[in-house]
Amino acid sequence: MNATPDRFTPAARALHWLMAVMIVAMLFIGVGMVATVSARHEWLLAIHKPLGIAILLLAVVRLAVRLRHPPPPLPADLPVLQKLAALASHWLLYFLMLAMPLIGWAMLSAGGYPVMLGESLRLPPIFPTSPVAFAVLRHLHGTFAMLLFLTFLAHMAAALYHGLIRRDGVLASMLPAPPTPADDSDQA
Amino acid sequence: MHDPATPAQPGHRTSAWTLIAAAVAVPAIAFAYVGGWLAPHRLTPAKVIDQFQHNAGTFAGYRRNHAKGVCVTGHFDSNGQAQAYSIAQVFAPGQRTPVVGRFAIPGSNPYAPDSSVPIRSMALRFALANGQQWRTGMNSMPVFPVATPQAFYAQLQAQQPDPATGKPDPAKIAAFFAAHPETAAFRAWAKTARPSASFATESYWSLNAFAFVDAAGRRQPVRWRMVPEANDAGSAANAPGDANYLAADLTERLARGPQRWQLQVTLANPGDPTNDATKTWPDDRRTIDAGTLVLERSESQASGPCRDINYDPLVLPAGIEASDDPLLPARSAAYADSYLRRTSEEAHLPGTAAPMREASR
Repeated sequence: MNATPDRFTPAARALHWLMAVMIVAMLFIGVGMVATVSARHEWLLAIHKPLGIAILLLAVVRLAVRLRHPPPPLPADLPVLQKLAALASHWLLYFLMLAMPLIGWAMLSAGGYPVMLGESLRLPPIFPTSPVAFAVLRHLHGTFAMLLFLTFLAHMAAALYHGLIRRDGVLASMLPAPPTPADDSDQA
Repeated sequence: MHDPATPAQPGHRTSAWTLIAAAVAVPAIAFAYVGGWLAPHRLTPAKVIDQFQHNAGTFAGYRRNHAKGVCVTGHFDSNGQAQAYSIAQVFAPGQRTPVVGRFAIPGSNPYAPDSSVPIRSMALRFALANGQQWRTGMNSMPVFPVATPQAFYAQLQAQQPDPATGKPDPAKIAAFFAAHPETAAFRAWAKTARPSASFATESYWSLNAFAFVDAAGRRQPVRWRMVPEANDAGSAANAPGDANYLAADLTERLARGPQRWQLQVTLANPGDPTNDATKTWPDDRRTIDAGTLVLERSESQASGPCRDINYDPLVLPAGIEASDDPLLPARSAAYADSYLRRTSEEAHLPGTAAPMREASR
């Protein structure tokens, strides 16, 4: 009974919820800053870059945690297609949370911009200066942002479906443990 | 291991599905609003750049404004006098900073005759030794016509050619000026301004205010301008029929020797407006000479080093910060859109116009 966990590890849960807030905020910041000529453009951009690098660093840590501690298994009675969708969307989320900051960083490098995270903190370029590469990476950054937002919506809807409709413990596996440590398997 | 499913009762199911639908719809609608799709009246960078294209056409591969220009290279020699006000490395005593610049005339048409507008512009990118950059785009007039991005957009709209005549409607332009009295200072300047025969004899103003930040973190609002060493009337060699006399004049001058400007930094007094580019500061404000800009060579913008630079005025090093001038973020946002359009054309991305042959480089 103890061989397979019914919850994500505390580290995985902490990273999940912290990054959920950061990534959703990041998507709103990104889509908002390119759609205004007001002062918001400037201060959102100033948040966007350091927040993106923070997400990149956390995503690396999270990937290591995930590979070290396999997540609790999905319910045995979950239809195969739903299991596949869960697996695919989780790896898509991992891919995007790693790729988005790297594309943003490479895009600024290709555009010849100094990659400033603050007043004087500058990251080195990770891509040679090239207007063609800039254009391709900039469009990729926008397209992947839309894909990430849609994947987030699907992920959240699926989590609520598990929690409210199926009530199969999948949502609970990412929530804080209940105050009285009950062994769920006994209730089964 | 896990709970066997204890599914919700049918009555609960309906409310659960409703909750899920709302949980998806609310962030989706908020996202669409923030992204501007549900806020059609918001002024976006794309609207500003679209308006430039409506007014003059689309010249693929070119900047959407100040399309006609020429690349220059040289350096800036700091004399150290600005260091007391700004920690930017470019102002350290004796510091030499490489510069890639661009002279241009306003407008979206890269083939416009040089005499078509009295304004000339100078854009510079200082590449600081510490890897930071200072980019600035200056114009040869002391004030900007308008103070806000909204007024600038309204001005562009008023200048859009009438499809019937192919020319802007004078009534619309008059109505715009009547509704925008803040344009008076610019119009007074424009009335006496004549298209100069040379880029080298012009002064170039930052127009927008910025802030210098010193070692103690104190902010000093500033404006700057480049004051030319050359003050002759311009080369007599320019044939009146030549539409491109500015680049020819520059090449000729640079063949004789480097061209120099002094960087004059004006320090605002408390209370001087920093958010209004239509107003100059009083003449008695303290001005410091920060050093000398030395330009040594010019190259075609099609192949020169300025081609791929977006002269975004908010690319600033530590020691120089934006002011509260609302035009600054608008310039930054709109330039980024223009840069994405022309680099996308350069990359032949689907849905973009093919760059013109000379322009593509």
